[in-house]
Amino acid sequence: MQYLLLIYGNEEHFGKLTEAEQNGVLKEYGEFTKSIAQSGHYRGGNELAAISTATTVRVRDKKRLVTDGPFAETKEQLGGYYLIEAKDLDDALAVAARIPSARWGSIEVRPIVPHDMP
Amino acid sequence: MDVERIYREESGRILATLIRLLGSFDLAEEVMQEAFAAALEQWPKRGLPDNPRAWLVSTAHHKGVDMLRRRTRFNSKRDELQRLAELEQQLSEAEENMLRPDGVSDDRLRLIFTCCHPALVLEAQVALTLRTLGGLSTEEIARAFLVPLPTMAQRLVRAKQKIRDARIPYQVPPRQELTDRLEAVMLVVYLVFNEGYSASSGDAAIQRELCAEAIRLGRLICELLPGESESRALLALMLLHDSRRVARVDGDGEVVLLEEQNRDLWDHGEIREGLGLVDSALRGGVAGPYALQAAIAAIHAQATRAEETDWKQIVALYEALLRLQPSPVVELNHAAAVAMADGPAAGLRLLDGLEGKAELREYYLLPAARGDLLRRLQEWSEAALAYRRALALTSNEAARSFLSRRLAEVQAKGE
Repeated sequence: MQYLLLIYGNEEHFGKLTEAEQNGVLKEYGEFTKSIAQSGHYRGGNELAAISTATTVRVRDKKRLVTDGPFAETKEQLGGYYLIEAKDLDDALAVAARIPSARWGSIEVRPIVPHDMP
Repeated sequence: MDVERIYREESGRILATLIRLLGSFDLAEEVMQEAFAAALEQWPKRGLPDNPRAWLVSTAHHKGVDMLRRRTRFNSKRDELQRLAELEQQLSEAEENMLRPDGVSDDRLRLIFTCCHPALVLEAQVALTLRTLGGLSTEEIARAFLVPLPTMAQRLVRAKQKIRDARIPYQVPPRQELTDRLEAVMLVVYLVFNEGYSASSGDAAIQRELCAEAIRLGRLICELLPGESESRALLALMLLHDSRRVARVDGDGEVVLLEEQNRDLWDHGEIREGLGLVDSALRGGVAGPYALQAAIAAIHAQATRAEETDWKQIVALYEALLRLQPSPVVELNHAAAVAMADGPAAGLRLLDGLEGKAELREYYLLPAARGDLLRRLQEWSEAALAYRRALALTSNEAARSFLSRRLAEVQAKGE
């Protein structure tokens, strides 16, 4: 079964770290990704650019509405994700708990609903 | 032939096994009901089977596999067909296991851990545990927690959906997670007990049933995980509280304080069992929070008269509990014990330190305790003030009636 692990954290906090500290976090992420690739959990994952780069699109009455944002109004923003294959929720939670950001931010674990491809 | 009695005693076990075999709470519940209906019809004619539980599991399981087979015909995906083949193979193994006396105990343990999974909200954990392991009806659970029936039904449906859709596993957690997960299970059991023990509104029969159910679950955990000393302590704590059930309410339904209870009314069988469990829990190494609370209850239980209570030791136990699990409520209890050991003035000084705490602002027991100590110091008008503040904070009928009596008493003295 597949789960999406959504990584929430405070972008500002990360920006305030020294360069060495930021590199430390990135290195930790690299090692974590490698380890879940080796254990067979990894199906995909990416870091997202800052929320200031986000654009929202809606279609209403066939008209496309594009707006800047959303803006970072909450304390934690979506900063990245992993897609994993896990045996069950406990297995997925064990992987999520090892994501470096779990120690300062939070990880939302969402099961993927399987759909047949057309 | 008492199918009803078998339902009450065995439905938790049977359901636990069926959930494992069929992989679905809903299907398991449905086919268990059908199996009991079949038993009601067949047993009176053909006689009780040698092993009624095995009969019920295998009847329900056959119905479940049939039902899945019918569904699969409409919706034949390869995965489901394979699952069906597995199920049919399990069927014979399950029947063999049923004949072994301890064959199903693991299923109930799996079920407890699934129902009390931290991925479910606490209220849902409690409801699901009572529904599946306790065999209480949704209506009974709704009445016990003073929640409208549709709300409770919805809560159970959502919990079962999450178990299925997020795939919460049906397993006993691995050793390294067991302590944390067991703590969650014990919290649910103790919540069930407290709901039955402290609620003074609602249906008395259901309150009793909740306490009995919590004790039964407590026993089950001890039986299934005999190495865990905190589970023995929890069972001891519940038994020692429960032993005072009859004595703590008088004929008019009024609360009787511990020091004024008729100790002959205590259930000495429960006390004996509780004391034995406390002993064995305390010998299990470092005392956890349940062991300390059980030890406090044990000291009360051992005093044949209220004046013989060893308050010094109770104070020491509360201090240990405060180090382990600091909370304003424990501090309040500690202050009350200090007042008994060293006099009301010493207790009052500790209560002063609790006045500003946000967690206690709405907690009627804080002004009630203050009123009690002021009463003992014969500070009548201040005591009256405290009792009035306590009355303003609670709508609990029994508590209000007790506080009003005390208020009248100190007002009379003050005049």
